[in-house]
Amino acid sequence: MEKLIEQFSVGLFFWQTILFLVLVFILKKYAWKPILDSVSEREDTIRESLESAEKAKKELTELQSKNESLIIEAKIERDALLKEAREIKDKIVNDAKGEAKEEADKIVKAAYAAIEAQKSGAIAEMKSEMASLSISIAEKIIRKELSSDEQQKSLANELVADLKLN
Amino acid sequence: MVIRQVIMQFTRALFFLAVLVLIQPVFLTASEHSEHASDSTESTQIVYQEPAQDGMSMKQEIKAHIQHHLQDGHDFHLYTDTETNTHVGFPLLVILLDDGVQVFSSSRFHHGESVAESNGNFYALHHGKVYKTDAAGTFEMRDGHVHNEKPLDFSITKNVFSIMAFALMLILLFTGAARSYKKSLVPSGSAKFLEPLIIFVRDEIAIPNIGEKHYKRFMSYLLTVFFFIWLVNLFGLTPLGINVTNSISVTFALAVMTFVITQFSGKKEYWKHIFWMPGVPVPMKILLAPIELLGVFIKPFALLIRLYANITAGHIVLMSLIGLMFIFHSWIGSTLSFGLSVFISFIELLVAALQAYIFTMLTALYFGSAVAEHEDH
Repeated sequence: MEKLIEQFSVGLFFWQTILFLVLVFILKKYAWKPILDSVSEREDTIRESLESAEKAKKELTELQSKNESLIIEAKIERDALLKEAREIKDKIVNDAKGEAKEEADKIVKAAYAAIEAQKSGAIAEMKSEMASLSISIAEKIIRKELSSDEQQKSLANELVADLKLN
Repeated sequence: MVIRQVIMQFTRALFFLAVLVLIQPVFLTASEHSEHASDSTESTQIVYQEPAQDGMSMKQEIKAHIQHHLQDGHDFHLYTDTETNTHVGFPLLVILLDDGVQVFSSSRFHHGESVAESNGNFYALHHGKVYKTDAAGTFEMRDGHVHNEKPLDFSITKNVFSIMAFALMLILLFTGAARSYKKSLVPSGSAKFLEPLIIFVRDEIAIPNIGEKHYKRFMSYLLTVFFFIWLVNLFGLTPLGINVTNSISVTFALAVMTFVITQFSGKKEYWKHIFWMPGVPVPMKILLAPIELLGVFIKPFALLIRLYANITAGHIVLMSLIGLMFIFHSWIGSTLSFGLSVFISFIELLVAALQAYIFTMLTALYFGSAVAEHEDH
């Protein structure tokens, strides 16, 4: 202990204190503060980058699942639309078919009716024609009868032949 | 913590070994020492004024050399050639507060061999200390002590010069590192090496001991202390013979700074734990107060002694082992002590970093106790 006190030098103590304090202040201003600030700034940047990367990853997966569900939804909707369209088409086609059939039936019916009408008309006309023809024949026969018997006979044969031809 | 304990145990064991090694040369030189002791009371001669050729044995020369190495000096002394008695080094500034301020070059002392004159005052060196003498340079010796007047010595001694050099080195090194951050946040150059150390001090020393909330205020001091002690310890191991942390004045200055900062940042809780310990009965509170108060002063005292003793012991062991190489003068003994000194050198490299770590860690611990807000006892 005595030796320690003997060794103690006020001058060295004074210089060490002064120089060390100066050293602390210079290093604080020009070294420790810039270095520690840069280090903590970098640490913050790294932390933030990692966090934002994590966030982006999460968002991406979220987006992906969203997209997938969107696609599925779209598919379902498309299927539904297609189904509906098909139904409508079928309905239209069926309706059209029915209508067409009805129309056709109507037309056919009308055609039949027209044919029938024409036929009956024709028959009637033929009948009247035949009647008038018969009358004219009868007229002619009657006229011929008036001239001779033979002629009457031949005329009658002729007429019969004509009738047969008919 | 386990590793630290192991290291502490290891250093303690080494310290014991060091003491053993130290005792050996004392025994060896005991007989001669007693002879010299008798005539040193009469002689006013300084140990290293004695030329080696007149009777000074190898052992004593080594002992003197170690003593000289551990001492601060008024000139930057690298080595002495004892055969030609020439000194290699350069002189430094002597500043004395005596009869005004006396400033002169230490070359006037001629390495303690002559009396320096400044403004009509005469000064001479004895064991590296400046004393006021008469023109002839006589020392009044009583019981082996010099009783001359001692002027207040504010000289730029070897240690002061070294501290200045280290301060400059630290400034250049760390401002250089700081500059590299201006370009990019990614460290480059020296910052690449220094940054992990700075982060180590922050994350392993400051934050665990002081806490997230307050640690920033103390970072500058802790980092400076850590790197200063480490650098100084490392340079102490070089053959330049610079020893700063083995001067009690330097470690005392560091401990005083730690002490002052601790007391000034002490909060209500800190003082309460000293003078009125919470959670114990009143008689215990009264009993604990003086103990705690004593602890306030013992803590930094332990800090200064620990650093001083570790570094001094390391130097003594290392130099003794190197000295043993010359004493043994046989290839077995010399080789053995060479191997041992290499081994101790490696240990000293570890101790250099370890002492810097311990000093910084304990300083952080004291700061932590000063700013702690809610301690549970």
